[in-house]
Amino acid sequence: MDRNSPHRQGKAVEIKGVSKVFGTFQALKPVTFDIYENEFFTLLGPSGCGKTTLLRMIAGFEQPTTGEIALRGANIQGLPPHRRRVNTVFQSYALFPHMTLEQNIAFGLENVGWEKERREARVADMLRLVHMEKFAARRPQQLSGGQRQRIALARALAPEPEGLLLDEPLSALDLKLRQAMRDELRTLQRQTGITFVFVTHDQEEALDMSDHICVLGDGEIQQLGTPAEIYEEPSNRFVADFIGETNFLDADVVSVEGERATVKVSLGMTLNAPQKKAETGRPAVMSIRPEKISIPAQDGQIPMEGTIVGVNYLGGYTYYMVETGKTKLRVSLRNSLSRSGMFEVGQPIKVSFAADSARVLGA
Amino acid sequence: MTPRHETSGWKNPGWNVWGLLPTHLIMLCTLIIPIGIIILVSFSTRGPYGGFDYVFTTAPYKQILFNEGWSGELEFNPQYLIVVGRTLVLATVTTLICLLLSFPVAYFISLQKASLKVVLIYLVTLPFWVSMIVRVYSWIIILGNDGVIEKTLRFLGVIDDMDSLLHGDFAMLVGLVYSYIPLMILPIFASIEKLDGALVEASHDLYGSRWTTLRRVIVPLSQPGMLAGSILVFVPCLGAVLEPMILGGGKTMMMGNLIQLQFGPARNWPLGAAISIVLMASVLIFLLWRGLRAVRKESRELAA
Repeated sequence: MDRNSPHRQGKAVEIKGVSKVFGTFQALKPVTFDIYENEFFTLLGPSGCGKTTLLRMIAGFEQPTTGEIALRGANIQGLPPHRRRVNTVFQSYALFPHMTLEQNIAFGLENVGWEKERREARVADMLRLVHMEKFAARRPQQLSGGQRQRIALARALAPEPEGLLLDEPLSALDLKLRQAMRDELRTLQRQTGITFVFVTHDQEEALDMSDHICVLGDGEIQQLGTPAEIYEEPSNRFVADFIGETNFLDADVVSVEGERATVKVSLGMTLNAPQKKAETGRPAVMSIRPEKISIPAQDGQIPMEGTIVGVNYLGGYTYYMVETGKTKLRVSLRNSLSRSGMFEVGQPIKVSFAADSARVLGA
Repeated sequence: MTPRHETSGWKNPGWNVWGLLPTHLIMLCTLIIPIGIIILVSFSTRGPYGGFDYVFTTAPYKQILFNEGWSGELEFNPQYLIVVGRTLVLATVTTLICLLLSFPVAYFISLQKASLKVVLIYLVTLPFWVSMIVRVYSWIIILGNDGVIEKTLRFLGVIDDMDSLLHGDFAMLVGLVYSYIPLMILPIFASIEKLDGALVEASHDLYGSRWTTLRRVIVPLSQPGMLAGSILVFVPCLGAVLEPMILGGGKTMMMGNLIQLQFGPARNWPLGAAISIVLMASVLIFLLWRGLRAVRKESRELAA
């Protein structure tokens, strides 16, 4: 696994063969990976994929069924949550309603025994960091969702944890706020230099903020890599489907040559494209992203004849639904390059794509 | 167009008054009128053969504090004041003991799994299914001469002989705590149950040990239950009759007995009524004080 991030330093969290069984339900199959110091690491997957369970095991709220977890090289297996130097931002924020915001932020500092002066200075710093200085004496009930979010962050960051765990913290916010909080979270991570472990089911959030993403599905790791790697080089059908949008075409693998494979695609053409896990004689799929299909067709690419059956104008982009044979392809076109409305429903059209931008994925 | 619901019967102002009439009638007949009668009685004159005559006087209230001498001069007599004082002290101490004992019980029950919780809560309420008189009498067997406690202590060789535990403030206190403790456990349990589990996790996450979490998160957040329980225990304690009668013996009285005594054997209804009004007034003052404190706290928070 290539992890040549510029942030790469020591290992912050090591997950070694960790699995979790609830009763008879296997929530997480044994997984092994490392999270590095000072990176924004995202656990991404659909609900029920085990991502929250994994986060709760790092925090200490759940015990792994097998395997162990190390924090900065030290095994933390069996330590209760209050003996682990990681802090959590809860999905519901879980701010203490009977304490002011200041008291909320000071809570962790008091428990680790900071003296009063140092504590007060830190609380003030934290309030400033999240732009909530004016609200110090308020109570959580008097805040909006976004403000609570900020205080939850300040409270978790105050004791200078070795890692900050975030459990879908943006899911309770409205769209506009969520966008703003993404930038803020990213900035906070850079400012503090603390390793963030972020759990989300929102692939856009993950691509936007992360240094590395671990895609989880069906209780196991589907792929681990940078956002670009995961989007451009999905390791299987699940990842290609879950991250962003794509067109899948059924394909038969004719031959595999190292990193590439020759396949016969359901549309009739035979082509040679980069592959993952393809096996000769076995069925596979070819994935091609909507923005990688040229409309109209370009010379030197693989052409396809079809008809436009749908147009979705989305401002910056227009999505065209192109029917070729029995297959419908989703094609996106940036509107800066060509005026929208250039193609119309019912219009015959020729589209094309480069074999190199397609990916052959084994089942 | 007017929405239909605005013209329908439920929004009709007449319905708002007449619809609530049964409730108002019940309140009037069973609460307001009887209290009015008691107030009347408390200001009337004791009849020659018990009962009372409607002759206005403040004598019953004076009688609470003073003895009337032969020549009509008032002489301070603290006997009833002592009863009132003892009642307040016993009710307060009972409430405090109930609080201290109930919290661990309620917390323990809340930690159990759902099916066991139901059973435990049922067990807490179980004594209510047995007559209060029987339950209080049973303490005589435990505390009395040659009772369970004395026999046990003697068997263990701790003591040779002891004064009876019965007939005194201690026995009354035991009886009161025993009688009213379920009324404290239930609201505290409800409060702890409502507590958001994420808050407990957040406390642990922020380096709070189990003890810290209990002290700084769970106890403060179950305060509404403690408050409700305190009122539910304190108020009936003020009017307790059975415990002082059976366990206190004739020697130590509480306000409840005093009132009963005046209406019964002493045949002094006006005095009994006056004491009742004093008792009711002290309960009202206590509840008003709590209410005002809660309101003030709320407005302070809103102002912050």
